[in-house]
Amino acid sequence: MALDVESRTPVVDQDGRSVEELVVNVGPVHPSTHGVCRVIVHLDGEIVTEAIPVIGYLHRGIEKMAENRTYLQVVPLTDRLDYVGSMYSNWAYCRAVERLAGIAVPERAEYLRVITCEMQRIASHMMALGSSAADTGAFTMFIYAFDVRERVVELFEELCGSRLTYNYVRPGGVSFDLPEGWTERLLAFTRQTPAALDEMDRLFFGNVIARGRLKDIGVLSAEDAVAWGASGPVARGSGVSWDLRRDDAYSVYPRFTFDVPLGENGDCYDRARVRLFECYESLRILEQAVEQLEPGRVMAEGWPRLLAPRAGDAYDQIESARGALGVYIVSDGSVRPYRMHVRAPAFCNLALLGELAVGHTLSDLVVVLGSLDPVFGEVDR
Amino acid sequence: MSSFGWGALFGLLAGLAIALAALLGVWAERKVSARIQMRIGPNQAGPAGLLQTLADTIKLVLKEDITPRQAEVGAFRLAPFLVFTPIAVSFIVIPYAFGWAPLDSSVGVLFFLAVPAISVIGVLLAGWSSRNTYATLGGVRGAAQMISYELPRTLSVVSLCIIAGSIAPTTVLGEWRWWWLPLNAIGFVVYFISSIAELNRGPFDIPEAESELVAGYFADYSGIRWAIFMMSEYGGVLAASLFGAAMFFGGGLGVHGWPGVLIMIAIAAVIATSMLWAKWTFPRMRADQLMSVAWKVLTPLALLQLLLVGVVAPWL
Repeated sequence: MALDVESRTPVVDQDGRSVEELVVNVGPVHPSTHGVCRVIVHLDGEIVTEAIPVIGYLHRGIEKMAENRTYLQVVPLTDRLDYVGSMYSNWAYCRAVERLAGIAVPERAEYLRVITCEMQRIASHMMALGSSAADTGAFTMFIYAFDVRERVVELFEELCGSRLTYNYVRPGGVSFDLPEGWTERLLAFTRQTPAALDEMDRLFFGNVIARGRLKDIGVLSAEDAVAWGASGPVARGSGVSWDLRRDDAYSVYPRFTFDVPLGENGDCYDRARVRLFECYESLRILEQAVEQLEPGRVMAEGWPRLLAPRAGDAYDQIESARGALGVYIVSDGSVRPYRMHVRAPAFCNLALLGELAVGHTLSDLVVVLGSLDPVFGEVDR
Repeated sequence: MSSFGWGALFGLLAGLAIALAALLGVWAERKVSARIQMRIGPNQAGPAGLLQTLADTIKLVLKEDITPRQAEVGAFRLAPFLVFTPIAVSFIVIPYAFGWAPLDSSVGVLFFLAVPAISVIGVLLAGWSSRNTYATLGGVRGAAQMISYELPRTLSVVSLCIIAGSIAPTTVLGEWRWWWLPLNAIGFVVYFISSIAELNRGPFDIPEAESELVAGYFADYSGIRWAIFMMSEYGGVLAASLFGAAMFFGGGLGVHGWPGVLIMIAIAAVIATSMLWAKWTFPRMRADQLMSVAWKVLTPLALLQLLLVGVVAPWL
């Protein structure tokens, strides 16, 4: 059995001596597993010969729990999927419900969804960049990234009273309109953040040691990225130009001009760099969205709060910070979903770990894991 | 009093001095890292949080001294002392001004460079006796790293001994002239970098690599034994900074007596702070990158320095 920690493969080294592989059980509690990932690593010296991610330590049965709740009660559950980017799970779920029930969302609500999700993208990428920098030992970069993340979280707290699990996007719209003066504080944030991002770029990506640690590590070809179902910055780091915001053109995204940053080599450096550049693009979108924002309703009218959509199914997906996040709902006509399934991008991306880490050292394993940016609430569900 | 009595008394005083210095070192590290990271750092216990590390030490002393069930008990318990003692002993030959050293040894430079190297045995022993894969990897990495960086570190100091014509630290300090500084600039850079690596501190903290090996060779230690590992790390930083100031900067830049001692301590403080600065700015290197820096960059640079001094020395 592959998960047997005791099984060691005998190896004969170049001098003909019989040696043994070292099996290291990394996690589930380990400083660099970004939650509760367990990786069984087979080492030949310090070189990884096999890395098997073992998931399921954070499984809470959210998809099953959804079957026993009304459509509105499922929204707080989706907060707990990707807890670094709760807005995305909220939105992906609500889009599927709206498609199923045929609810038309007011325009202002769509704008608020775009604004919160682009802020969420910055917050989530800051977490990814900061923690993967901390994996290489650059703890100062982690603090700098969390400074930016903190500003986003403070704005969210003011908007919906919560710092991590927002429950903000609801079927039919969003829960609250903007507080007074909030857009000015958001614009102040968009003005200040580029300087902070530039500073991080110089501090970490300009550093010769950081380049040495990230470049040519965990190289993922564009073909492999597509074949393994990778999405988000992991796929775009390999040069796969696929961004649902542009290619699916959902919500009001066609009204904004933004670029989709792409990597060239598909190594850890490119994946991290793509995340950094996406933050600049998110800031561009935020500025345009605030400019185009018109007064109006933030919640659709004329539909019952106890939703009972027609029998049938619906799937909808959005571009989360980790990739294509989809929610599939089957309805039997009752007030509760008959079945809900989440297509979690972090789950698909994490599958690449075993491929990318082999041949590198144990030190690179944590860098590769960090560059895939898994959030285990979403992987295990 | 017998000579043994004097030795024991000196040992006790030196141990207390190093412990106090380590307390200050931990406090300085927390304050410097806080400044670099836009934080405040300890500020509750005592003025500017100065008593914070004292409180931490009391906590560490009172904590349970855990020995893992599978560990080699004797070796596991001995290892922290094997790391700490050589570093503590090395303080004895550091000169503070011309003729002022606790032990004015005629082979002091050799003593300072050779004796702390014994602590590599403690690192290896700690990693091996824990019977823990992380600790074993950390111990093996530590042994490889510390032995590799011995060479450039020693070579960088050798050029000073050539100019001074002596391996007695007080003689080197006494012979110091201002033009030694530009002449030995490369040597000082090599000494600085390889000292950081020798002490397993960031960006070369590969043996303890928190994000990969949890805590490396001392992952299974707790309480006072863990504190002794920490003390030897800060003691090592202090010893390397003081020795660097004494050798490369002639103690207090050639000033004799007490003013010279104070200048030397100030220079050592700058060197120690730079070591903290490097740790909190740079990411950690990988083990193979570290080795190539030692053998492909620092050792040739140290040899170049030696060549430079060897060419210049006959005309002095």
